[in-house]
This record gives sequence, structure tokens and C-alpha cells, in this order.
Amino acid sequence: MALIHIKDVVKTYDMGAELVHALSGVTIDIQANEYVAIMGPSGSGKSTLMNVIGCLDTPTSGLYEFGGENVGDLDDNQLAEIRNRKIGFVFQTFNLLPRSTALHNVELPLIYAGVPSHERRERAEKALTDVGLGDRMLHKPNELSGGQRQRVAVARALVNNPSIILADEPTGNLDSRTGVEIMQLFSELHAQGNTLILVTHEEEIAEHAHRILRLFDGKVASDEVVANPLTYASQM
Amino acid sequence: MLSLHDYSEGVRIALIAIRANKMRSVLTTLGIVIGVVVVTLMATVIEGLGAALDKSISSLGTDVYYISKWDWFSGEWWKARNRKDITVEQAEELRERLLLAEAVVPVVNSWQRTFKYKNRSVKGNLNGTVPEYEITSGVVPEEGRFFNEYESNAGRPVCIIGHDVADNLFEREDPIGKTIKISGYSYRVIGVFEKEGDFLGTAMFSKDTQAFIPLENFLKLFGTNRSIDIHVKMRDGVDKEDGKAEMIGVFRKIRAVPPGEENDFGINTQDFLKQVFDGVVSTIGVVGFLITSLSLLVGGVGIMNIMFVSVKERTKEIGTRKALGATRSSILFQFLIEAATICMLGGLLGLAISWPLSLIIDEVLPSSMPLWVVILSLSISVAVGLISGIIPAFTAAKMNPVDALRYE
Ligand SMILES: Nc1ncnc2c1ncn2[C@@H]1O[C@H](COP(=O)(O)OP(=O)(O)OP(=O)(O)O)[C@@H](O)[C@H]1O
Ligand SMILES: [Mg+2]
Repeated sequence: MALIHIKDVVKTYDMGAELVHALSGVTIDIQANEYVAIMGPSGSGKSTLMNVIGCLDTPTSGLYEFGGENVGDLDDNQLAEIRNRKIGFVFQTFNLLPRSTALHNVELPLIYAGVPSHERRERAEKALTDVGLGDRMLHKPNELSGGQRQRVAVARALVNNPSIILADEPTGNLDSRTGVEIMQLFSELHAQGNTLILVTHEEEIAEHAHRILRLFDGKVASDEVVANPLTYASQM
Repeated sequence: MLSLHDYSEGVRIALIAIRANKMRSVLTTLGIVIGVVVVTLMATVIEGLGAALDKSISSLGTDVYYISKWDWFSGEWWKARNRKDITVEQAEELRERLLLAEAVVPVVNSWQRTFKYKNRSVKGNLNGTVPEYEITSGVVPEEGRFFNEYESNAGRPVCIIGHDVADNLFEREDPIGKTIKISGYSYRVIGVFEKEGDFLGTAMFSKDTQAFIPLENFLKLFGTNRSIDIHVKMRDGVDKEDGKAEMIGVFRKIRAVPPGEENDFGINTQDFLKQVFDGVVSTIGVVGFLITSLSLLVGGVGIMNIMFVSVKERTKEIGTRKALGATRSSILFQFLIEAATICMLGGLLGLAISWPLSLIIDEVLPSSMPLWVVILSLSISVAVGLISGIIPAFTAAKMNPVDALRYE
């Protein structure tokens, strides 16, 4: 059974004067431990699809099942719980709390999961160490470089052991060198058995994934397997 | 469900947010600060007045009735104008006929008499009375003694003077045994009353500025063209109502009041002080309550406004938190705690201001800020925070996560 099952999903925004069809009938399945890149021109509906997958947004029509569960049946608190326990988000703009330390930022999902403070701290420290920030834990975001900030965000996405990591243009605000570093991190995560979905409009970034999904005007234009995914080793 | 984690995270976020906007937070709490200062000072003053009242009441003596032509606090003084004067003879008769009274004391007085010693003089009330006055008044002379049966019956020219009179006329000299002139007549000072102080300007009831001479003497030299007062103290263990009923019944007969008609005399008690007190307290209360509610209202609106700003500024943060798994209730709670914490700080600031002020009040009117007021003001502050924070917090809680994340 697919981890993510999306069938005929439509998302329409009513702008009063006109209807904007961000997604007009998307059908895809994504299995556990896949590494998928979503590509497509600006406005093609990539972010909208990610938001639907991430349970941040609900489709106008169509079916979305996450781990066999019909997301359309869930109430607000259940959605929050799925976002908290099953999904890890990485944003283009990092979205760290500016006045909190890296450690506290990483602890946040655990706070909402009700993990006791001692264990919380331990797990957040481990997640930060895993992304190579063991020596930056008490720094605030403005004391970190862009790449380091995105690593904190990745650690935050990982800390609650989600079923899937969603990253919407995670390298969009980074220079290409730092972007590659983040992609190496993702390849490692995938090698460790994580499921990843990544939005990007850079072919080179998408080549890291094992499957590329191209959107056009809110529809899936192509869905192909990458023959030889880039690994971080091949780039070094 | 809200957990302890939500709570500690809420407080933590609140403190971070407040620290980041120190000036804004302090200014916002101004209304709360004023409200708390007013409430606490008001309570302190009322408490001080209560203490002063207790002192005055104990100096008047309890269970004493003051029969007079006038009702002290009826508001219908004109009724009393047509009443017949109360005479010394009526007082005499009352004394003979009352069984439940320990003492029935006629007091006749004359206002603004001049008391003179050597070249110093003061003005004050002069009273003519009998030795039992010591029983009804509940005060004993601080120095010397009250006049006795013999001096009273013989109308001897002796006097007991109030504390202020003694201070003014004698300064450092010992007044006892000295002769003073009262409206030109000579009197030997045999006693000085202890200091009473006055309560809320009721100096006319304080013996500090008065002098007392035997009734016989007063009648002989000053005569009486005005109604006298009768002070009645009930025996120990007598039921208040029984004593009062007997007193009224007998006095109506003495004054020949036909059955069914109103008393043609006033029965006054020290309760009037309580009435003065209650009047003053309710005035302070009403004024204080208005100022407090107004400033709390202004404070509440300010808090609400600043919370809306805070929610708006942190829209993206709210989106992020929701993406990480925050429920509506934890977001709601976060902003409620923030509002309550700001108000709580305002409350503490208010207490920090009113505490030294209450020490100043204490100098004038012995009092202390009651603990319950401290607790009450902090609770009110928190309540204002919660009430004015609820709408902004609700706005934050029900934000759509995608829209919040998109917000620039
Ligand atoms: N909240 C919204 N209200 C109205 N229209 C919206 C909203 N969100 C997205 N859209 C529209 O939906 C379409 C798809 O938007 P989406 O953000 O998914 O594109 P995208 O593929 O992520 O583009 P980009 O590469 O520029 O990020 C766009 O035409 C956009 O204008
Ligand atoms: Mg996008």
C-alpha cells in the first residue's frame, strides 16, 4: 500500500473575479522510502501540492490518503497531530523562530508532541549533532549562516521521526555550494530509509532524487524514474 | 488537551515577546498600572479609616444612648424644631424610673465659651453634667479626677478640661489645682481628660477641646435656655432592645406623647459614626471604582490592541508552529498567556508604585495595604489580560496554516 495516495485532487482558489485552478486533477502514489522531486514552472501548483500532502491545506475535491487514512475525514486536531508526528517540513525561508536558540527551535515539534523536557533536549541535541551542528546548539538563527539555518530546519523536521520529509525549494535561498551541502544531507537521510519529497526548479537539484514528477498548469505532465541519481559522493 | 508543556512554552514565548518589546509592553500596561494603584490605595485608606473608626467607637463607649431633641442623622432636622425642649427635670424623672439603666446622665452644654488662664485663652464647648458622666463616656481623666457627688450637688466651681484645652492654656505647667476663667467665672481645674483625637473632622464629639463643670453650677451661672441631652447606659447583661424599649416607653410617658404618635425626641447611638464611615467609604469606593474600571477598560483595550499587533507580526511564526504540529488550543493558549503575563507585569508594576505610597498614607492615617488587595489586584490584572487577549488569541488560533505561512 502506498504511503501517499492522491487521486483526482483539485484545488481551486476563488478570487472573486476568477477561479484559479492551482491543481486540476492530480493523481499520484508515493511509496515509503521514495525520494521524489517535484518540478515545474512557476505557478504550476508545486507548493499547492506540497501543502496538500503536508496536511496544511485541504483539496477542493479528490481523495487524499496518508498511510491508508483518508485525510478528508480528519478534524483540525487530528491534522495537527499528523503534521506533528508524521510529517517534517523544510521551508525555503527556513522559518526558524528568530529569538530562540537552535536547540529550542528543534525542540518545538517535541513540545507539541508532549515529550518530557529531559528527553526533548536529548533528542534535539542528537538531531542537531546528526546534521553537523553539535557545536552551534545555543546559537540564535541570526548567529548562523544560511546553510546552518537550513540544517537546523532539517534537524527540526527530523526530530520527531516523521514518516516523510517535505521540502519546498530548500535550496532556493542558498548559494549553490551550500545548496549542494543540503542535498548531500538529504541523500544521507534517504540512504537511512527516510521518505523525501522535494520541490525545486533546478534540474541539477532534482537529479538527486530517484523519481521526478513534473507539473504543468496544475496537472502531472510527466512522472519518471531517474536512472542514475546523483549521490553526494559523485559530486565530491 | 493542554499540557504542562504548553503552559511552560506559553510563558517562555510570552517572556521572549515581552523582552523584545520592553517599552511597548510597559506603555501598554499603563492603564492596568493606574487601576492597580487606585485599587490598592483605596483599600489601604478604607482600612485605615476602619481602624480609626474602631478607636473612636471605643472612646464613645458602647451601648450608650444619647437622647436629644435632635436626631443626629435624620436629614429631617426641621421636624425637631417644633419639639419641646428636654429639661433637667425630665432627665431626673427618667433616672428615677428606668430599671435597666446603669446610669442616666443629663448633659447641658453651651458652645464657644472662652477658657482663659493668665494671658492665654481658647474657645470650646462647656458642659454641665453629673459624676456618672464618667460611666457613660467611658473615659477617665488622665490626670486628676472627675468631680464627686458632693462637688456636684453643691455646684462647686471645679472643672475637668480636655487634653487640647490643657495643652493650650498650660503648656508645660501642671494644670491640676490651677484656676481658670470660663466666660469670666473662676474654676479650679481638678482633672484633665486623656487625648481622644478626632475622627473625620468630628471634633465636636471629641472631648479634647471641651470643659466639664457640675450641672448645678452650670444652671446657676449660665442658666439653661436650650434643650439638654441625656446619656443613658444600660446595665451589663441587659438586652439592648429591652433596655431601649423601656427607655423609650418611659420617656414618652414623661413627655406625655400620646400613643400612636411619633417620639418627640431623638434616640441617637454611636452608630452614627458608622454611618459617617459608611458614607465616606462608599464615596471613596464609588470614585475609586470608577477610576479603576475606567483605567482597566483603557488598559484592556490597550492590551487587546497590542495583542492584535503581536498576532499580526507573528503570523508567519503561527504558520510555522502549526506546520510543526501546534493545535488551535495551544496557539490560543500561547497568546492568552502572553496577554496575561503582560498584565501581570503591569499589576506588579502598580504594586511597586503603590507600596511606597501606602507607607506615606500610613504616616497620616495608620494603615497597611491588606494582603487580599495585593492578591485581588494581581488576579484582576490577569483577568483583564485574559479577557482582552481572548479575541486576538482566537484570531491567531483559527488562522489557516497555509495562509499564515504565506503571510509576508
Ligand atoms: N492563497 C491563494 N490564493 C489565490 N491563488 C493562489 C493561492 N495560492 C496559490 N495560488 C495560485 O495557485 C497557483 C499555483 O500556486 P503555487 O504556489 O502552487 O505555484 P508553484 O508551482 O509553487 O510556483 P512557484 O514555483 O513560483 O513557487 C498560482 O497561479 C497561484 O497564483
Ligand atoms: Mg512554490
